[in-house]
Amino acid sequence: MIAALLPLLLLLPIAGFLINGSIALFGARTDASGARSTARHPVVTVVGPAVMLAAFGLAAALFARMRVGFGAPVVVTLGSWMPVGALSIDWSLQLDQLSMLMTLVITGIGSLIHLFSIGYMREDAGYARYFAYLNLFVAFMLVLVLGASYPVMFVGWEGVGLASYLLIGFWYRERANADAGRKAFIVNRIGDFGFLIAMFLIWQTTQRLDFAGAHAMLGAQAGTSVVLTIALLLFVGCAGKSAQLPLYIWLPDAMAGPTPVSALIHAATMVTAGVYLVARAAPIFSGAPEASLVIVLVGAATALFAATIALRQWDIKKVLAYSTVSQLGYMFVGVGAGAYTAGVFHLVTHAFFKALLFLGAGSVIHAMHHAYHTTHRHADPQDLRNMGGLRQYMPATAGAMTLATLAIAGVPPLAGFFSKDEILASVFARAHGSPLATATLLGIPGSTLLYVAYGIGVLTALLTAIYMTRMLMLAFYGMNRTGEAEQDALHEAPWIMTVPVLLLGILTVAGGWLNLPALMPWGPTGLLESWLAPVTGTSAARLAGTGAHLDHATEIVLVSVAIAVALLGMTLAIVMHRAPIANKADSPVDSSLLARAYGVDAVVDALVVRPMRVVAATVLGRMVERGIDGLFSHGGAMLMRTASLIGTRVQDGDVGKYAWLVAGGALALMAALLVS
Amino acid sequence: MITEALIVSAILFVIGVVGVLTRRNAIILFMCAELMLNAVNLSLVAFSKLHGVTGQVFVIMVMTVAAAEAAVGLAIIISVFRHFGTVDLSNLRTLRG
Repeated sequence: MIAALLPLLLLLPIAGFLINGSIALFGARTDASGARSTARHPVVTVVGPAVMLAAFGLAAALFARMRVGFGAPVVVTLGSWMPVGALSIDWSLQLDQLSMLMTLVITGIGSLIHLFSIGYMREDAGYARYFAYLNLFVAFMLVLVLGASYPVMFVGWEGVGLASYLLIGFWYRERANADAGRKAFIVNRIGDFGFLIAMFLIWQTTQRLDFAGAHAMLGAQAGTSVVLTIALLLFVGCAGKSAQLPLYIWLPDAMAGPTPVSALIHAATMVTAGVYLVARAAPIFSGAPEASLVIVLVGAATALFAATIALRQWDIKKVLAYSTVSQLGYMFVGVGAGAYTAGVFHLVTHAFFKALLFLGAGSVIHAMHHAYHTTHRHADPQDLRNMGGLRQYMPATAGAMTLATLAIAGVPPLAGFFSKDEILASVFARAHGSPLATATLLGIPGSTLLYVAYGIGVLTALLTAIYMTRMLMLAFYGMNRTGEAEQDALHEAPWIMTVPVLLLGILTVAGGWLNLPALMPWGPTGLLESWLAPVTGTSAARLAGTGAHLDHATEIVLVSVAIAVALLGMTLAIVMHRAPIANKADSPVDSSLLARAYGVDAVVDALVVRPMRVVAATVLGRMVERGIDGLFSHGGAMLMRTASLIGTRVQDGDVGKYAWLVAGGALALMAALLVS
Repeated sequence: MITEALIVSAILFVIGVVGVLTRRNAIILFMCAELMLNAVNLSLVAFSKLHGVTGQVFVIMVMTVAAAEAAVGLAIIISVFRHFGTVDLSNLRTLRG
């Protein structure tokens, strides 16, 4: 049954893409202003979310089937892709506990975001195109998590990059949006390069590319330098896709896309693909403790770095974007430390509350935009300084957003608390007695590095609580700064938008029960841990060594620290943002280092983009245009034209001259013969 | 013996060439071309003394072709005269490139 239903899971969003795509191409109607538009197209409204709900239903059915009893991963081969000599790559899908979990998250949250999009996008002229892209994204994301080999996964990996590019630049008529799309695509290419090389190395080492075969053989070679190289190169791919230092720069710009896209692609699913890859390739990473340490450090550095930037952003989506980068860093700390369950757990809970935050922000932007549209005022609907006190106008959204903020800040018993705490506890536990602790990186012992990572994690938790509370305070509490006339036009989003937000609110509260720690037995404990054990259990145990378990007292201390930090951060933020502030028009331009995100974009521009432009211009101008074009095409043309000019002069119809030439030629030939 | 024949042949050929190059009357040009052909014929016959009968066979071939050429060539000259009213080639420049 599983084998038969698995391809159907992919076909549903593909069908949605084809139907919505054809409507976008051929079904546009001329609207009142004379423009071609698919706004409010009824077929799109039905088909777009319906395929997602059907896919979620199917995923749920598969999950129910797996709960009954499930042995080895089910691999379905749909056909042969690349049979070349010893290399034989099939179109094959694999369902195991990890991909099942990811499929549920993708289709579940995807369905809610598709429903939300009906409300958010229905007035847009590109309504059908939007849903076509969104369906396409889900199809590729499912290929990514369901692929049974690295090449099939790579198809999904590139496909979601394509869909992300298309959706970031969805409003491509504005230059900045199109640029943001290209930036995302190009930066991702750098990471993909690492993934590709890793894939080549895996093939060269094992002659296999399917997960089961390659992992078995690489697991046997654990500790060798080739496994370390493969692991590091795979992580380059992860850093690109999941926006880690130094390749995170595309994600804040990706906010140029529609807000539900940011929720689905740039918070809940696509950007977590890197975390999924590390968990999927756990047998490789657990065989290379140094690579795992690198992941922990990069993750921790990214988490802290992005969190500091988020402290001083004014665009509500930018705050959430840097927050996402920071939380992805957390996930990498988890999977890097070999706590694969903890990392994936945080992936899931983060998907819940960050999707909620983005959708809530979407509702807010929708309302703000509507308000400014009504009064014909040109002001920034995404700027926190223009919000304030929105709680009075949108109580449901405000409630859900508050809940999600508490969750991300790590307040018990919400989802974020459990997953974040588990990551930090895992890092702390592995600092003693694990292969990670005994490994060294640049001469520094692993246990020191893990303690540093734990410290950074706690500090980041504090910053997270501060910046999220700041965002909440600025947007929903205090005095309203939108404007006198605009206040009447501010109102709650339609039910099709609030219902998905509230459903995500329920998940945000209940998500922690997926994997309760033994310390807090408020229900069945460690559900996710035992669910994922067949996939990552062996690798996790290998990296944990004897350091997996903390004693009871230490655990209580760690939990208390986490809660104290969260509450401290929130209190600090509330105290700091009590004073009323001016709206954007009345505020000076914030040019502080944090508001400019440390000026990284300017540095990248000066160090990478401009030199590349100069090189490209030189190559194009000097070498291609003047060199190749000038010499070969223009030069050849000039040669032929000159020759033909001479030819026409000679051939003037005077046969006498022809005779002279013939005679001269004959003499010349004879002379040549005589001389030789 | 061969030397003298070849000298005569060369003289005849050069007369033909100079005629073709300097004169503009189509008939004279045609005659000069015939002169060149026959100069060649003479040298072929002369060389047959050294190299066997092949040269003489070749002369027969050349004469046949020359006869055919004379027929076609004269016909062309006649139609050129009918069309342009002249056989002076310096006036016929319609084929200018």
